[in-house]
Amino acid sequence: MTVKTLTIDDKLVSAREQDTILDVARESGIPIPTLCHLDGVKDVGACRLCLVEIASGSPDRPNRLQPACVTKVVEGMVVYTATERLKKYRRMIVELLFSERNHICSVCVANGHCELQDIAITVGMDHVRYEYVSPLCEVDITHGLFGVDQNRCILCTRCVRVCDEIEGAHTWDVAGRGIGARVITDLHQSWGEARSCTSCGKCVLACPTGAIFRQGATVAEMDRDRSRLSVLMTAREKREWIG
Amino acid sequence: MELAELLDIAEEWQKAQKPIRICCCTSTACQPTVSLAIKQALEEAVAAEDLEDQVQVCGVGCLGLCGKGPLVKIEPDEIVYEQVSPDQAPSIVAALKGETSAASKLEPEHPFFTRQMKVVLEHSGNIDPERIEDYIRVGGYQALYHALHEMTTDEVVDAMVSSGLRGRGGAGYPTGLKWATVAKSRGERKFVVCNGDEGDPGAFMDRSILESDPHRVLEGMAIAAYTVGADQGFLYIRGEYPLAIKRLQKAIQQGKRMGLLGTQIFETSFNFRVDIRIGAGAFVCGEETALMASIEGGRGTPRPRPPYPAESGLWGYPTLVNNVETFANVASIIRNGPKWFADIGTEGSKGTKVFALTGQIANTGLIEVPMGTPLREIVEDIGGGAPGYGSVKAVQTGGPSGGCIPADLFDTSLDYESLFRIGSIMGSGGMVVMDETTSMIDVADFYVEFCMDESCGKCVPCRVGTQQMHQLLTKIRSGEATRDDLDRLEELCDVVRHTSFCGLGQSAPNPVLSTLRYFRNEYEALLSDHDVV
Repeated sequence: MTVKTLTIDDKLVSAREQDTILDVARESGIPIPTLCHLDGVKDVGACRLCLVEIASGSPDRPNRLQPACVTKVVEGMVVYTATERLKKYRRMIVELLFSERNHICSVCVANGHCELQDIAITVGMDHVRYEYVSPLCEVDITHGLFGVDQNRCILCTRCVRVCDEIEGAHTWDVAGRGIGARVITDLHQSWGEARSCTSCGKCVLACPTGAIFRQGATVAEMDRDRSRLSVLMTAREKREWIG
Repeated sequence: MELAELLDIAEEWQKAQKPIRICCCTSTACQPTVSLAIKQALEEAVAAEDLEDQVQVCGVGCLGLCGKGPLVKIEPDEIVYEQVSPDQAPSIVAALKGETSAASKLEPEHPFFTRQMKVVLEHSGNIDPERIEDYIRVGGYQALYHALHEMTTDEVVDAMVSSGLRGRGGAGYPTGLKWATVAKSRGERKFVVCNGDEGDPGAFMDRSILESDPHRVLEGMAIAAYTVGADQGFLYIRGEYPLAIKRLQKAIQQGKRMGLLGTQIFETSFNFRVDIRIGAGAFVCGEETALMASIEGGRGTPRPRPPYPAESGLWGYPTLVNNVETFANVASIIRNGPKWFADIGTEGSKGTKVFALTGQIANTGLIEVPMGTPLREIVEDIGGGAPGYGSVKAVQTGGPSGGCIPADLFDTSLDYESLFRIGSIMGSGGMVVMDETTSMIDVADFYVEFCMDESCGKCVPCRVGTQQMHQLLTKIRSGEATRDDLDRLEELCDVVRHTSFCGLGQSAPNPVLSTLRYFRNEYEALLSDHDVV
């Protein structure tokens, strides 16, 4: 295995060949905000919050912006994770997310246990300057145990990935496009009718907001232990359950 | 199939041609239902005049001047009749005997015809796109034979590199380099993909090429497949092009029957199978990774690059993705040599480019000019300027990813670098002309709304950012916006451009940015507080 060295925020760090910038940064205690990233499942680079600046090495060419979660380390790479430009972009991306659907924390079951809320605080997004889009969204509580409130969904597709990659059911997927995109169960049946669902609850664990929830859960009960998902994946990959 | 057989077919078909050919355009723009009726009427008129042994009526591809269609061309006199109707057929046939025709004739010396240089469109409007023999007659598939029997794959790559051909889909990536990368990539198998998901509003270059000369594209794909070591190709055509799909299906069947596609092509060990995949109406599927996801049967959304398709494309195998027009250049380059191609165009942009000229312009249609041609020549000479007494205000190039070029920059040379420098792009070749009655904000909003509708929804900046840009533009258009809103719009353009996932989002602000650059006063005039300093 080859080891690479690179510079992140003026700090020299070493990385394994297959590591992403996000892996190394986390290991070295350099915080990079993320939303769609979830330990244990594949990265898709969709939320754009983990964008970092990669030095072009020439004053004539601008630095490149790359998502840290899917960008592999390169020997001698110079990375900046918190430039003023990046901070501004991250704040605006969160602002755009808040303007999209209904993210009123005070009336949300995930209040206090919401990654979107945490990120907003981290990046300093304290007000929305855009008009709210507020598309018509459904709430589906046809499932016996769980429910999905599309109004809170940020389309991170964590539910799609845990369901497909860990549970192997692929109940969740995305339908529609643009602002009309929605996570759906099976072929857009109601969740209660989705035959492929095993009611394992991994999507509930994975959801960063209050979009997918356990029915009847109180705000205090919305604390989700997401590490259980990555433990499952690690155990499977390293065959920890054998012998 | 051997070369001798190919040449025999060519000769036979050349001999079978009658001294006078009446060519009817049967492409989409000339409304195939009408033009087929015209063709039938002409055939009947020829029979009535007893001219069948001298005159032949044939269906051909696009003749270029689509705005004046349906068009009928007489060969070898090169007379073109415009806006023909079936009842004019007898008089067109009578004109062959020297009588004056009632149908309106186009001037053969018209700059629309004389100022062009046809490479990709050389056979468009001359051959019957539904007959492989007609393509063979004009030298078709000889380049493939030449490549297979007389060139090593390295030599083909070298030819492509030194030709200087750059991708015609919009980004202008050097084609030779891409071929070399795929050729070098290791994989149990490889694929060649032709991107025919042309979706820019006002663009119809690829449709015309596919409809007018389908074998040319197939030949280019076959040469590419031989070069990179692929045995399977996919032609991804958007579902809105039924005629192109039909003609390609026919062309593939004919190619297979003649042994020019399929197994052991030209008696070599080279096998190449081509299948058509039909797009289901998503603009984003023109982005190569989304296109591949769509071919694989998945949801058409882009995935992170790297790995690039050249390394890991369809089902993880090395894949060469090129645009229709790029493939359409290949056979000419192999036939005439890379130097011939490199002598056309400018330093950085070689060859010719096909443009779809539309909008407020006298001569609407499909044109092909050498790279480096000044925009003015296209708008004023070939296009004939704005119709009536209007004057041209700006030209939009590059579709929703491009920008608006104001009239005072019409001396700009049409090449990749110059267009980029003035805030637009070459794009795939859509060219929309606007006169002084057009509001540039309406234009910008049109394209932003297009991108908003076509965003796949995967990443936040494109999904929500384009929506917010559209809302702000609507507000500006209604006259209720303030300077703050304009600032917010510019700020949004910046974030959407730099943080979006794929090219669709990254270039979505271009129409706004370029109109802000050249027509800022139009925006400011609409602000409710524009007098306040």
